[in-house]
Amino acid sequence: MSGTERPATSRAEEQDGLYERLVAFEGRSAATAGTGKDPVNLPMIRHWCEAMGDTHPAYRGPDAVAPPTMLQAWTMGGLSGHTDRSSAYEELFALLDGAGYTSVVATDCEQEYLRPLRPGDEIGFDTVIESVSERKTTKLGTGHFVTTRTDVRAGGELAGTHRFRILKYAPAARPDRKPAARTAEPEARSGPRSGAADARPEPKPAPRRPRPVVNRDNAGFWEGVAAHRLLIQRCGDCAALRLPWLPGCAGCGSREWDTVEASGAGTVFSYVVMHHPPFPAFDPPYAVGLIELAEGVRMISNVVGVPYDKVRIGMPVRLEFLRVDEELELPVFRAGGED
Amino acid sequence: MKPGDELPPLRIPITRTLIVAGAVASRDYQDVHHDAELAREKGSPDIFMNILTTNGLVGRYITDHFGPRAVLRRVAIRLGAPNHPGDTMVLTGTITEVDGDTASVRVVGANGLGNHVTGTVTVEVTR
Repeated sequence: MSGTERPATSRAEEQDGLYERLVAFEGRSAATAGTGKDPVNLPMIRHWCEAMGDTHPAYRGPDAVAPPTMLQAWTMGGLSGHTDRSSAYEELFALLDGAGYTSVVATDCEQEYLRPLRPGDEIGFDTVIESVSERKTTKLGTGHFVTTRTDVRAGGELAGTHRFRILKYAPAARPDRKPAARTAEPEARSGPRSGAADARPEPKPAPRRPRPVVNRDNAGFWEGVAAHRLLIQRCGDCAALRLPWLPGCAGCGSREWDTVEASGAGTVFSYVVMHHPPFPAFDPPYAVGLIELAEGVRMISNVVGVPYDKVRIGMPVRLEFLRVDEELELPVFRAGGED
Repeated sequence: MKPGDELPPLRIPITRTLIVAGAVASRDYQDVHHDAELAREKGSPDIFMNILTTNGLVGRYITDHFGPRAVLRRVAIRLGAPNHPGDTMVLTGTITEVDGDTASVRVVGANGLGNHVTGTVTVEVTR
């Protein structure tokens, strides 16, 4: 994620230079010489083990060590919050908040444990902003991933490293809210958090699937779909079939064309199963098929009528039209072929 | 132990108590981990488990299996579907690599919504 090549950002972000300003935070310190609020201690270890149901003998008795997975817990601000955040971290979050990315979820945690933490160890830590991603759209909404890396020391000695990734995002859609019994808080509090708000809230107004981009080169295809006809372009000179629609023939270069209507029969030429990342309006896991039509051209679509893990190469499928919402119909393929 | 070995699954009922106890034990006072009303206001149907608790449970799953001499060297997890009260998370693991006393285990924790957590744990079984 910290490579030098970066995908293009959205036009809006290019215009206001947000991404350039976000990336400038990479490598800056998020916390310098932070200290744990409590030294490593048996009561906190015991409370952790009770909560986790962890009965490992190494975490008990006179020679107890802390469960390694507690690493981050020793650096937490707790109810009283953090006092050792750097201005860079505050500025980065303020920039994201100001751009509308007010919510936060934790997505990844990678920890390495170099030496055990024992009761009495005083914890020190330094955190650096490792990377800020380009703008990403996820099921939750659109935002930027922020990855930090924390070196945790005990008595001055490196005890573990902790890489943490959060998504700062603008929620995809707001849920229907009952009249709030309390004064509504902002969607999420702004400001730095080390806490893990690993929410995957499901907003209630169903997010809509992306709209097709219809232009003069492909308008005929979508007119066909609206009439429940899957139209394949045919070169006016060499008669080669092509799908998706293009202004010219990739074989002979001719710009002359007409259409033939697909019979609707096809087979699964290849497929993938989408698990991650989730996108609004899609409910993973789901199968995306590369369908070879009986006419010989291929198109990408959903395979329906069969569980995602039962889709197979060579499976016969049959065209049907799926009404997605009041505006959008899509050609999809139902497993089972000829019926 | 050898690559391909599967660990017995561990079923963890996701109770409200577990979520709250895990949040407090990890000193995570984000309201979405203990206050259902505020969680709903933020678009979540209920409170949900924090990432530190998931991390702790994944670690426990591995040391439970490998026994008293097991020492965690590395835990790397990614979260997916949230753990809400009333759900059950089933942790499963597959050994992917063995190097002397050290094993890498691919861990998946699935709940009723999908995969809550996927990750890799490196564990050393000391002699």
